[in-house]
Amino acid sequence: MNSTLTDSVVLERATDKDLHKIKSEILEKYPTKVARKRAKQIVINEPGDSNTIPEIGANIRTVPGILTQRGCCYAGCKGVILGPTRDVINIVHGPVGCSFYAWLTRRNQTSTPSDDAPNYMTYCFTTDMQDENIVFGGEKKLKQAIQEAFDIFHPETISVFSTCPVGLIGDDIHSVCREMKEKLGINIFGFSCEGYKGVSQSAGHHIANNGIFKNVVGLDDTIKGGKFRINLLGEYNIGGDAFEIERILDACGISLISTFSGNSTIEQFANSHTADLNAVMCHRSITYMAEMMEEKYGMPWMKINFIGAEATAKSLRKIAQYFEDEELMARVEEVIATEITPVKEEMEKARALCEGKLAMLFVGGSRAHHYQELFAELGMRTVSAGYEFGHRDDYEGRRVLPSIKVDADSRNIEELSVTKDPEKYRQRKSEEELAKIEAKGVEFREYGGLIQDMKNNTFVIDDISQYETEKLIEALKPDIFCAGIKEKYVIQKSGVPMKQLHSYDYGGPYAGFKGAVNFYRDISRMTNSKVWSYVKAPWEKEPELAATYALG
Amino acid sequence: MLLRHTPTELADRKALMINPAKTCQPIGAMYASLGIHGCMPHSHGSQGCCSYHRSTLTRHYKEPVVAGTSSFTEGSSVFGGQSNMLQAIDNLFTIYEPDIVSVHTTCLSETIGDDLTQIVQKAHDDGKVPEGKYVIYAPTPSYVGSHVTGFSNMCKGIVSGFAEKTGEKLDQVNIIPGFVEPSDMEEIKRLSSEMGVKTVLFPDTSGILNGPQTGKYHMYPKGGTTVEEMKSTGDSMGTIALGSFASSLAAKFLDTKFKVPCDILELPIGLPATDRFIDSLRKIAGVNVPESITRERGQLVDVMTDMQQYFYGKKVALFGDPDQLISLTEFLVSLDMIPVHIVTGTPGKQFAETIQAITKDLPVPVNVKAHGDMFLLHQWIKNTPVDLLIGNTYGKYIARDEDIPFVRHGFPILDRVGHSYFPTVGYKGGLRLLEKILGALLDRQDRDAPEESFELVM
Repeated sequence: MNSTLTDSVVLERATDKDLHKIKSEILEKYPTKVARKRAKQIVINEPGDSNTIPEIGANIRTVPGILTQRGCCYAGCKGVILGPTRDVINIVHGPVGCSFYAWLTRRNQTSTPSDDAPNYMTYCFTTDMQDENIVFGGEKKLKQAIQEAFDIFHPETISVFSTCPVGLIGDDIHSVCREMKEKLGINIFGFSCEGYKGVSQSAGHHIANNGIFKNVVGLDDTIKGGKFRINLLGEYNIGGDAFEIERILDACGISLISTFSGNSTIEQFANSHTADLNAVMCHRSITYMAEMMEEKYGMPWMKINFIGAEATAKSLRKIAQYFEDEELMARVEEVIATEITPVKEEMEKARALCEGKLAMLFVGGSRAHHYQELFAELGMRTVSAGYEFGHRDDYEGRRVLPSIKVDADSRNIEELSVTKDPEKYRQRKSEEELAKIEAKGVEFREYGGLIQDMKNNTFVIDDISQYETEKLIEALKPDIFCAGIKEKYVIQKSGVPMKQLHSYDYGGPYAGFKGAVNFYRDISRMTNSKVWSYVKAPWEKEPELAATYALG
Repeated sequence: MLLRHTPTELADRKALMINPAKTCQPIGAMYASLGIHGCMPHSHGSQGCCSYHRSTLTRHYKEPVVAGTSSFTEGSSVFGGQSNMLQAIDNLFTIYEPDIVSVHTTCLSETIGDDLTQIVQKAHDDGKVPEGKYVIYAPTPSYVGSHVTGFSNMCKGIVSGFAEKTGEKLDQVNIIPGFVEPSDMEEIKRLSSEMGVKTVLFPDTSGILNGPQTGKYHMYPKGGTTVEEMKSTGDSMGTIALGSFASSLAAKFLDTKFKVPCDILELPIGLPATDRFIDSLRKIAGVNVPESITRERGQLVDVMTDMQQYFYGKKVALFGDPDQLISLTEFLVSLDMIPVHIVTGTPGKQFAETIQAITKDLPVPVNVKAHGDMFLLHQWIKNTPVDLLIGNTYGKYIARDEDIPFVRHGFPILDRVGHSYFPTVGYKGGLRLLEKILGALLDRQDRDAPEESFELVM
């Protein structure tokens, strides 16, 4: 068992490495052009002027053959945003693969109110395009597929997702959807999320946001009960995260009108514009929605984070401050006080086992930032982090938004022009009221990004390659590495424990108070497990004894 | 219920596939490429495919699976992906130093019509392929066939990329093991070596996808068919292709191009198919079957006879890849079991015909469908319940809803280990299958038995 290290020792261990040297060693291996490009995406957060946040290259095309971990636009749209919604039939228009690989592989849990309520998430629907559909077009088959889905399941909503070949052969899924919507009298809409669009999953998020906003949000104006009514945006209920957040909000007396999109229904999306605040968890995937809802319906948004016990408490307080209600604030403090005591106990236990250890986090577009809070609670230090598909604002904060240029690869992702809804717009708080709340330290429409929370002398790397991962492990020797399934066994074969922060290695939840406890236990288990001590066989440790018997 | 919306009434579906019993070509090609030593698979398409294929293989094997991708953008999708692939080839050889880059395609590059032969030639002309290194390739359009077709196409890509004929006949037999587990490939090699037959087995993922934990990551582990071995396949005495869907294409290529005769057999899963494999190997190589193998066979038959009462008349539903299903069905029939519902997602007329021939003497009608899906299978089960379900991990949803004993077999298995270490081919593999089937059936009997008839000895 490790003894507790002091902060200065931790600092020393992480800072005794010359990151510039490591970086140039990494770049050395690359062809010149690749090196030049990667140099901008590998940033060292270093001591100096503490207000300067280094600029990072992000959301730019992937270098072919570099062994990226990135996925595609379809994955971002269908897999991430619409996949978790249980009462919609998602038909993937394409050859079989795209639908198959996104079938139950993300752990978006869902819980229906009754045993016969719709839940199509266990199903996988595809037009299974064949070569004749490529040659003669697939619109007829898509139409027929929608009809068959309607006849068998009688869903209230069907959505259609385009895959790579669909855009190329010119199938117009949107006109098919319009036609079938008219014919069948249910809501049917499509997403042009061909895999080649944009440079990563990120384009798919944007397309999904636009599609849901255009086709669903605002369809149901019923004001449902509850005094403090919010939407939770960008929380996908991996391993039950949203269940835990729902539990906590419920205890505080905060009503959740809609979650985008963990444990969600289309019905809730349709009604989401009636809430009074959008609380944004995953900035990357869903802020488009928050901005459009503010523009059209007058609902402010704030960034929150339910990963980490302290972060959860802080986020609850922020939400309560927005509503400016004494009773709510008192209730929130009460909940925090009740919940935090057992969490702190577990934290202390785990901290004794974890303190001083080093973590690396390379996850999608938000967790590489959020989880640093949890590691900090364990006394662990994040020595390098990065996103697969974050944009500069996810790294550097939203203040850099005006300076981000949209490049040729992402230019074709539609930007909706949104205006005030003449009937449904309702300004929740005037700018003066918001400013008053902001004066108490609650920011609106703001996200400071990952880099500002990283310590000095740490790496921030965008779209990390397999090779860089290997070099980093070799150079910095982390005690735990967090990423996804593709990295998992590469890293573990190197003898380093690896925590999946997409799937949570089939555990969780990690959000909220109970989630924090789960995380403390998992990380202390992983970084202290006996199994790693067996990697070398006894005879590999003492090979010189080999001939004793023969000689004897 | 997990699949609460699946109705009992069958509806004729022409366009909508629900819960596929197949996936797309490139993942099979990626798997085949991993069976060559020092080889980096490369996916010529947009990067989503490559990530999905790597993830699925990784989840199945709990092992590293690396592959490159051309990372198409919208621009390259319209104007062609040549420059992406040239850059990729350059980067892969420079950064990751494989001996071979093995390229397969996706629906994207196939739809736009990228010409692999021309691009690979250009890579050579431009000096992007270092001395002594290779780029091989196969087209694998996702809108044709299934992952099995992709495996088959890549096997052909491998032989056409490497096989040579020197004119000197080598005392060796080529074996194409089909889309089976590394453990199965290992077992086929063990059986051949027991027989005293020198073989070139390709592709061979044993040692690659069931490797040890050593504390050091090797991108190109020990294992895989070597370039030298692959080159020599044109000089072999003959080829045994196991599983016609997965292996016959490459075997026929060697036959046509280099006059290496081939014997196309079923996968050696279960007693009858293993018998035919051993017999064919014996005849092609001109050797006797050693006592050790006859003994293994006897052990399998021993368990079949010992436990016959538990197999007899049990109804089974199975889904998966055609080669596996054909041999499995035959094995189940040889155990007096009744495979009543059989679905493969992979298209091909010959599948249903073969299954019908194997099951023609069964006392009940058999539902069989190629290019079917698990939704149909589930509906069949609702109409005619079964005692056992055999298939990949996705079957667990049906098994739980319908409360059916479930044996995991096939690809992918995402929620258990064992498949990469313990074979299901050969007599030993047959024993393992019997153990798993009996385990599932007897666990169920134990669970359901009234206390008074709960048995100690079974």
